[in-house]
Amino acid sequence: MLEIRNLHVAIEDGSKKILNGLDLTIHNGEVAAIMGPNGSGKSTLSYVIAGKPDYEILDGEILLDGENLLEMEADARAAAGVFLAFQYPLEIPGVATMTFLKAAMNAQSRARGEGELKTPDFMRRVKLGAEKLGIPQEMLRRGLNVGFSGGEKKRMEILQMALLEPSIGILDETDSGLDIDALKIVSEGVNALRSADRSFLVITHYQRLLNYIVPDTVHVMSKGRIVKTGGKELALELEANGYADYVSDVAA
Amino acid sequence: MASVTPLKTAAELSLLAQAEGSKSVRQNSFARYAAKGLPHRRVEAYHYTDIRALLKDAPAPAQKAGVAPTHFAFNEIDACVITLIDGQLTAVPTNPLAGVSMNISDEVPDDGLAARSVFPSDGDPIIALNAAFVHRTLRIVIDAGCAIEKPVLLRCITAGAVSAYSRVVVEVANGASMTLIECHECASGGLTNSVVEIAAGDDVSVEHIRVNLGDESATVLTSFGGRIGARSALTSGNFVTGGALSRHQVFLRFEGEGATATISGAALLKDRQQADTTLVVDHSVPECVSREHFAHVLDGEATGVFQGKIIVRPHAQKTDGKMMSRAVLLADGATMNNKPELEIFADDVQCGHGATVGALDDDLLFYLRARGLPKPEAEALMLQAFVGEALEMIAHDGMRERLEWLSETWLKARG
Ligand SMILES: Nc1ncnc2c1ncn2[C@@H]1O[C@H](COP(=O)(O)OP(=O)(O)OP(=O)(O)O)[C@@H](O)[C@H]1O
Ligand SMILES: [Mg+2]
Repeated sequence: MLEIRNLHVAIEDGSKKILNGLDLTIHNGEVAAIMGPNGSGKSTLSYVIAGKPDYEILDGEILLDGENLLEMEADARAAAGVFLAFQYPLEIPGVATMTFLKAAMNAQSRARGEGELKTPDFMRRVKLGAEKLGIPQEMLRRGLNVGFSGGEKKRMEILQMALLEPSIGILDETDSGLDIDALKIVSEGVNALRSADRSFLVITHYQRLLNYIVPDTVHVMSKGRIVKTGGKELALELEANGYADYVSDVAA
Repeated sequence: MASVTPLKTAAELSLLAQAEGSKSVRQNSFARYAAKGLPHRRVEAYHYTDIRALLKDAPAPAQKAGVAPTHFAFNEIDACVITLIDGQLTAVPTNPLAGVSMNISDEVPDDGLAARSVFPSDGDPIIALNAAFVHRTLRIVIDAGCAIEKPVLLRCITAGAVSAYSRVVVEVANGASMTLIECHECASGGLTNSVVEIAAGDDVSVEHIRVNLGDESATVLTSFGGRIGARSALTSGNFVTGGALSRHQVFLRFEGEGATATISGAALLKDRQQADTTLVVDHSVPECVSREHFAHVLDGEATGVFQGKIIVRPHAQKTDGKMMSRAVLLADGATMNNKPELEIFADDVQCGHGATVGALDDDLLFYLRARGLPKPEAEALMLQAFVGEALEMIAHDGMRERLEWLSETWLKARG
């Protein structure tokens, strides 16, 4: 279970406050969606959960199964089960994708006190995962994300999530940049990972993704807070009416 | 104005005593050194590496060869190995490899005055010292048209706190190909001064690799001169993790049209180590291509120096030269000095240079750490890629892989 209470966050130099008393609880097995206008702080929230160091936490707490994430470095959070699929995955030239995947999987196993993967097992898992997501083997031989199209990068993020088996997967606009077929493939990939002890936080601007990855709860974020929570029908309402109703509430 | 004779340093006094105390020292070359003494920061080519200040003393040349360390980093490379201990050259293999002949020669070593010398004619003091003190020259000749598969590996050992001078001259006849590796292991307090010359004929393919794995208190000064004939390809890579002070000078001259030179260097330094690469590429004929890429990883209070000069002579049209130096500073105390220079006297050329100095990208580090890689491991992965950009210019697979492994080991030890 992920519990976020009264989270206040500013960017590091304190010049701008982005999250303003955000509360959010995601239960095990739950798929929560967050929608909200550009600049409302969705990506910031995902970065703060994952442990990006550029922010100053002014108040509040983030607990994953009772553990205080805010006291942990990003890699320790990953080992504890946090996975962030980036809105803009980064290119790392010279770091071969396979080398990276193996290093990540082994680092997490080690942090959890498990043994390292044997190379044939690793190869098999990557091959299988890549096939499911329509990622050609040739891409795995390139530098990490180097020269990948926007959609290919998003698939690579989901492949990493499938291999790392987090307890909470945060998807930041994974649908943007995906063509219609890729959207289906990626959604199937995510749905295959749904389980009673794994939850998801899906950030999106478009209701369409939520037809494929059907959420249990939908939250509206505005100006750094959750201003409305509902079921999956809330996404349809937002699609029809926009954010005006909720955004103005906060401003008042 | 009265001329002032500067006081001699301890090292300079030692060198003088060594020259006076030995009958075999070549006095002409010693005089070329002594005219200027050890180079210091007011000498342009040594501005960032003040040998006079850095060299506390010059240990005496070894009277007889010491003992080679048992461990050798390149044991697994299938090569024709020639071990030079403390600069003593007594025997070479009689039938080393088909197409290769070797002999020990008493020729007078070039100190910049030889006909067609590629070394500075005004006398580089380090090369002059080598010419003065070196015992004998190892001469290697590769017969025309011969492709020598096995590399010739010079294992240059300075086995104690002594000075070791070595000189190797390689002639690669037209149409031949070969790989020459010089690996320097210099013991604590030792001083290595080595000069390697390669004269490549036409249509030659030659790779040269210099590795400095010296002790952290060693001084390793190496000079490499290359003359490149028409349509030939010369690759020269330098790899440094060792030495308190490492200076590698490269002097290249294109002597025939349509040739290519690919020069690279990777240095991983920590504590108070300093490594200097000083490079002069002389495009004296048209239509040659030169590529240079240097990568420095600097931790602690280490200093990296890269000086690269591309000269394009007036008639050397269609020259294509690109030079890049990149450094990553891992600590506040680390320093990188870059001095790229282009001296272009022809109008129809494509030349460029770039230099970057910075820390590792925080966003990339976060991306890796968000996948579970602890900080040292994430940094190591990025640094390995950074160093890899230089190492991938080394053509010999076995050596490249071995140097990648040595970088990995260095990075692991750091974490
Ligand atoms: N490092 C930063 N420096 C300055 N401003 C920042 C920084 N990071 C985020 N912001 C600002 O904080 C606000 C929230 O940004 P964030 O990226 O979290 O929004 P978002 O909800 O993800 O938007 P989008 O829907 O466009 O992805 C924006 O106004 C953004 O410009
Ligand atoms: Mg965003």
